[in-house]
Amino acid sequence: MRTIPFEKIRDTVARLCVEANCILGDDVISAFKKGLEMEESPTGKEILRQLLENQEIARKEMMPICQDTGWAVVWVEIGSGVRVEGGELYDAIQEGVAKGYTEGYLRKSIVSDPLRRKNTGNNTPAIIYTDIVPGDKLKIVVQPKGGGSENMSEVRMLSAADGAFGIKRFVIDRVERSQANPCPPVIVGVGIGGTFEKCAMLAKKALLREIGSTHPDPFYAEMEKELLDEINKLGIGPQGLGGRVTALAVFIEAFPCHIATMPCAVNINCHAQRHKTAIL
Amino acid sequence: MGEIKSVRTPLTDEVVKSLRAGDAVEITGLIYTARDLAHKRLTESLQKGENLPFNIMGAVIYYVGPSPAKPGRVIGSCGPTTSYRMDVYTPSLLAAGLKGMIGKGNRSPEVIEALKRYCGVYFAAVGGAAALLAQRVRAARVVAYDDLGPEALQELEVENFPVIVVNDCYGADLYKEGVRRYKREG
Repeated sequence: MRTIPFEKIRDTVARLCVEANCILGDDVISAFKKGLEMEESPTGKEILRQLLENQEIARKEMMPICQDTGWAVVWVEIGSGVRVEGGELYDAIQEGVAKGYTEGYLRKSIVSDPLRRKNTGNNTPAIIYTDIVPGDKLKIVVQPKGGGSENMSEVRMLSAADGAFGIKRFVIDRVERSQANPCPPVIVGVGIGGTFEKCAMLAKKALLREIGSTHPDPFYAEMEKELLDEINKLGIGPQGLGGRVTALAVFIEAFPCHIATMPCAVNINCHAQRHKTAIL
Repeated sequence: MGEIKSVRTPLTDEVVKSLRAGDAVEITGLIYTARDLAHKRLTESLQKGENLPFNIMGAVIYYVGPSPAKPGRVIGSCGPTTSYRMDVYTPSLLAAGLKGMIGKGNRSPEVIEALKRYCGVYFAAVGGAAALLAQRVRAARVVAYDDLGPEALQELEVENFPVIVVNDCYGADLYKEGVRRYKREG
């Protein structure tokens, strides 16, 4: 049994919150540069140039890339041989999010009740997903998720007979209806299978993939490519003002399915696909 | 992008009429931040016949909830939030004298109609370009609704704040026209 101190987890989560919000991943930066070569619209090109300049300023000044520093979605893989010393794992994560958002001058965007809407003041609670895995390591991924793109996301209970065609039609339609709202160029996370809530979680998990990576299953890799091509024919373009680069990537996560169902979820991410990982 | 037009706030009818969908514009002067809850309060004040906490005549409202300012800075990151949530409040604000709005994303047919009727303009700033936009803000002070935190009403002094005209006072819509231009069938 390996022990990890509560404070170490808390401080790591706090650091990841700040870094994820201020330092854009190299994969996303490369995708902007590639998009700039592909884009035909002069307005679209100017927007991509602004996004590249923006991430440079954010990195240099340690300022958030976007003022919407999001929900803190935290993915944890805890080895079965790990014990947290000095407190509970979930408390360490929640305290880490509060510390990171407060000390890092990140925006607090969470209200304690959906109808009464009083800000919690420290961006908690975080959304936490935990997997128990073999070993004695603790892996933490912090994924800040903005509200504008989250609002353009959807779960639909398709029928098994709708097949791959039905899935593709739903995904493309969801992106087309979103237009400028989720801050294109977007990254599209797609969850297929599982239950109603499982497929939504998979769609969010898909957004952790590195841009440029391909699905390990050639069937889904091909579907991702087809979806990306179709989405980029929509003409929505950077910020929805018209252009070729509507999406930077489409990522699919599939899961076993009940014989009577075919749930599908689309979780849209804005161009600032943010996540940072630490392994303790 | 063609030539960049410079405008100064408060906006006049003459300036609004000179702007066309697709124009790149840089705004200099005072603008006011307001988003969901601030809009609700402003509209309630108008309905009750109360004075608004800022002069709305010729004003430009920016839909933004900035990140907190670090010590020594005037503002944190401050890119636009999605505009459609403010659509329900906008026509009455335009009727009261508002001339311009900065946000991102499509507006309702009612807002587009009100822009024609009251001679107003809707600009888009680049969503997410929040660190870059913060560099164009010279000063910021809370004017009202301090209790709303990131949603408080603030007066920002901006210099060469970069935006694009989406909906002009003639009914044009760059979102529709731009997408139509680049859409590929099949």
